[in-house]
Amino acid sequence: MMRGRAGLFGTAIGAAMLVGAIGGAQAQDSIKVGALTNLEGPFAVPGQDGHRGVDLAVKLHNGMAGGKKIQILKYSSDATPDKAVAATRKAVEQDHVDVMIGPLSGDEGIAVKNYSKTHPEMVFINGSSGAQAATLQDPSPNFYRFNTEGAQWMVGLGDLALAKGYKKMWLVAEDYGFPYSQVQGFMASYCAKGGHVVKKAWVPLGTKDYSSVIAGIPSDVDALLIVLGGADAVNFLNQAEQAGVDKPFMGGSITVDQTVLNYKGKKRESLLGTASAGPMADGIDTPEWKKFVADYKAAFPDGFPSPSLFAYLYYINTQALLLALDEVKGDLSNKQEKLKATLAKLEFDGPAGHIKLDENRNAIGTTFITEVAKAKDGSFYNKVVKAVPNVSETLGLSKAEFDKMGLGNRDVPNCP
Amino acid sequence: MSAAQWRRAMNTGAGRQAWPRTAAAPATIGVALTPSAVAIPAPPRSAARLGAALGRIRARHVLVMIGVLVYPWVVNSFFAFQIGGQALALGLIALSLTFLGGYGGMVSLAQMSVAGVASYMVAIFGVAGAAQGGASSLHWPWWLAVPVAIAVATLFAALVGWLSVRTEGIYTIMITLAIGVSFYYLAQQNYTIFGGHEGFNQVYPPTVLGVDFRQPIAFYYLALFWALAGYFFIKYLLRTPFGVALQGLRENPRRMNALGFDVTAHRVAAYALAGVLAAIGGVLMVWYNNRVSPGSASTEMMLNILIISVMGGMRHPIGAFLGAIVFVLVQNFAIDIIARERFNLVIGIAFLSIVLFSPDGLLGLWDYFRARVLNAGLRAKIAISGDR
Amino acid sequence: MKRTRVKLWFWSIAIGVPLAIFAAWAIADNPKQFVSTFLNGLTLAALYFLVASGFTLVFGLMRNVNLAHGSLYLFGAYMGWVVGDATDNWFLAVAVGFASAAVVGFLLQVSIFRFMQGQELRQTLVTIGISIVLADLMLWWFGGEIYSFDPPRAIYKSMPMLVVQKYPTYRIVVLGIAIAIGLALWFFLNRSRIGMMIRAGVDDRGMLAASGVNVQRVFAITFAIGAGMAGFAGVIGGSALSISPGEDTRYLLASLVVVIVGGMGSITGAAIGALLIGLAEQFGLAYAPTYGVVFTFLIMVLVLAFRPTGILGRRVA
Repeated sequence: MMRGRAGLFGTAIGAAMLVGAIGGAQAQDSIKVGALTNLEGPFAVPGQDGHRGVDLAVKLHNGMAGGKKIQILKYSSDATPDKAVAATRKAVEQDHVDVMIGPLSGDEGIAVKNYSKTHPEMVFINGSSGAQAATLQDPSPNFYRFNTEGAQWMVGLGDLALAKGYKKMWLVAEDYGFPYSQVQGFMASYCAKGGHVVKKAWVPLGTKDYSSVIAGIPSDVDALLIVLGGADAVNFLNQAEQAGVDKPFMGGSITVDQTVLNYKGKKRESLLGTASAGPMADGIDTPEWKKFVADYKAAFPDGFPSPSLFAYLYYINTQALLLALDEVKGDLSNKQEKLKATLAKLEFDGPAGHIKLDENRNAIGTTFITEVAKAKDGSFYNKVVKAVPNVSETLGLSKAEFDKMGLGNRDVPNCP
Repeated sequence: MSAAQWRRAMNTGAGRQAWPRTAAAPATIGVALTPSAVAIPAPPRSAARLGAALGRIRARHVLVMIGVLVYPWVVNSFFAFQIGGQALALGLIALSLTFLGGYGGMVSLAQMSVAGVASYMVAIFGVAGAAQGGASSLHWPWWLAVPVAIAVATLFAALVGWLSVRTEGIYTIMITLAIGVSFYYLAQQNYTIFGGHEGFNQVYPPTVLGVDFRQPIAFYYLALFWALAGYFFIKYLLRTPFGVALQGLRENPRRMNALGFDVTAHRVAAYALAGVLAAIGGVLMVWYNNRVSPGSASTEMMLNILIISVMGGMRHPIGAFLGAIVFVLVQNFAIDIIARERFNLVIGIAFLSIVLFSPDGLLGLWDYFRARVLNAGLRAKIAISGDR
Repeated sequence: MKRTRVKLWFWSIAIGVPLAIFAAWAIADNPKQFVSTFLNGLTLAALYFLVASGFTLVFGLMRNVNLAHGSLYLFGAYMGWVVGDATDNWFLAVAVGFASAAVVGFLLQVSIFRFMQGQELRQTLVTIGISIVLADLMLWWFGGEIYSFDPPRAIYKSMPMLVVQKYPTYRIVVLGIAIAIGLALWFFLNRSRIGMMIRAGVDDRGMLAASGVNVQRVFAITFAIGAGMAGFAGVIGGSALSISPGEDTRYLLASLVVVIVGGMGSITGAAIGALLIGLAEQFGLAYAPTYGVVFTFLIMVLVLAFRPTGILGRRVA
């Protein structure tokens, strides 16, 4: 009895050793790049689009950079930081990738940033994580983010709210890091210029039944700021309509994006005209953006009708890497020091505007203010109302003011 | 009633070889299960026990022991740390479930929550990065923070036990699931103590006597030490009067109650002991991940521990570690073999097949294989020589 | 006997008085929000009752903790959506939601659970495995998107209501449906032959078999009804709150808490438990949003501590 079990246990250990001994062969004239998105969990569908963004960037660069072939290895996590670090560790220590791109969600970004400190000899580039803390708090010298983060995505929307005469607003948002950043991005200028967010309703993540929250909307506010995503946004909007709420809405970056506008059910006309803001929009009118959309559609006939947020973010991060590799002619020697230096100084024009890095290796880029409109074929899309360039992590405030405010959380900023 | 008669009477489950079949056992069983000897009697002389224990060691055990000791030197750091270290830590938590469920008849899904409580306490009492929302840690030294964390987690486990044992056996799964989920929501919603949705980052193992336990090999040996300690402790515990009584409680609580055992106290004590194991596993997990968040004790993780225990086999403590090795291997290499997106489907089908066709898990499969194939030749020889 | 009555009075006062004080304060502070929250709690309780009734029915008779109940909810919802989208008929979607889940439940009982009679732990583990497999299959087929139903416009607007002025009609409809289903279940269990057999089986399965009833047939019917209730609730609930992956775990946990609080195997207990949990959840969300979600579990823990079998549960033989 004992012997049998010990034998089985020994066999299992032997199997583990055997699998471990089988390593991957590596071509000398290619660069291995690990791409980590979410292929499971709540962001599985957007995560696939993230991979499409990476693939598109490599394809448009002819699969080469710096004179060497680019080999993309795919990794997956499920929006939990533990899995993201596990996948990254596998890529770095088991599969020996040269550069890592990813992860997708905010919390994962913070965890991967911490992991990157344990491997200072290689470059880690962000995928689409939009958490402020990944570069503003304890930054890692080899973690680069070529996309703007959640707070930057809302800069300028506060000004639009005041321009429309919304002096008093009510907020509903999920109770975790990303909405905190978004709200801070909105309120930084809204509060400074005289607006009042009368009440903040922070709901637990995954709340489905907003009826009681809706019942608590004060009757004297001018508009509602809704920073919810995905299913939560759909539910809230449906229930608000059913409860007869007739105030105008403003949305966060993922409140009226494609997943919400195209959910499988009857379209709600009440969404038309809702303003929101983000790092990109379907309706951007520049030739670079139109070329990006056309390339995406040609490369992925089975993808979305228009590239999603995640495709775009992964695209520009990958493009930054490829441009930098070109500039150093593929030189990854000496702990990739040339690549790191080039990445820190890199400036380029992506499909949605000019991008450069600040001293924390976070992007300074453009934010687009949008409104929901109806296209000729009856589908809904986000039309660009204004483009705000050169948005930095200090959100339009001076560095001293921003440091005093600190990172966004439930009570910061506050202007009731 | 003699000890042998009692053993036969109590041994109602045919395939369940819960009693160790050695010479040392019958005396303790007979003495323990009489009402006048509810107090734990003096065990046989330690020297004799040690001799008997050493006599049971076979060559295979030595080989496996050498194997696990040498393992990190022959594989790369990824395998030592992410496969080996993680499997040992998860296996320890699953061992607590195997002990409670396989031997105590109480399948508690809250073991991962107990481990989660220990992980959080290590982050709160020890050193961790500042959490968004204001929660901060107390920065106690590790030799103070870790025992306190284990103590708090054990108290939590006892509380879970006290809430769960007063109802019938099958309720235990439901109630412990609900308790585990409530802990998840509490940790997610509370920002002042638990750090909310993001939890605590930068929780690192200490450097003790010059050994940095963040290094893969050092961490592996730490996990191995505690896994072995837990394993041998459980094997010892099962042979003590307490462990035997626990198995009696699994078989027939009413009868045990009639004999004068305090059913509730025994069970709560079992939960607490299992809680110690799970707490140690939790400390290892937080040092492995370098972070803790509500997601570390989510419904999915709680079910994963159940899957590990059941897949490995609840009949013997080694099953927990077996299941953990298989689980960790599949989790890490599924993306290379089959589509990573369908990982849950693969695990679900494997779990379902095992529960439907081999309820004793991989151990059951192995025994079946041995009995049918390996011993077929032996049986043929016996049949031929007419030794029946 | 006197001690029990004293205990009852004690608990009624201990719980009732603080609640009354809170209610008085809330009505004075913002009557609109109080009434609205109360109605929301009532209607949410209706939905929880619909889901939990099937769960408790299956456990009460067959001692089978069906942890795949949530997956059946989601399955019925998706099937209903497919049919509703194709035919533009919401009522047909509801019927298909019930029927598809009932068929799956029936198949599960006759092909798997029938052979595991008495092995309760094993049955539960099987249901866990089934829930994992079903959830991933549905994720694969339907993706991670949000699906929303399209009930007739007449019941989807808001209707006038005292104090709060406007209230979503659909939620009142859900309340009505739950009351109707509750009454129908009561009639079924108490006034029909099969209901009588089910009640007898809950009390003593052995005797039921001994008196010549085809127990397996009763089990299969019961499981089909229980699963069908889950699918039915899936379409009804999905029309109020959309469906997406993750709903299965949510409603499974809600069912668990409702039947733990209300008592296993008792439909009336499920109703009481659903009321308590629905009201607690909504009041928690409205007046203490941070910890509101923990209230329901707190209630469950308190009930377990003082009355382990639930409010209307009883120790089964």
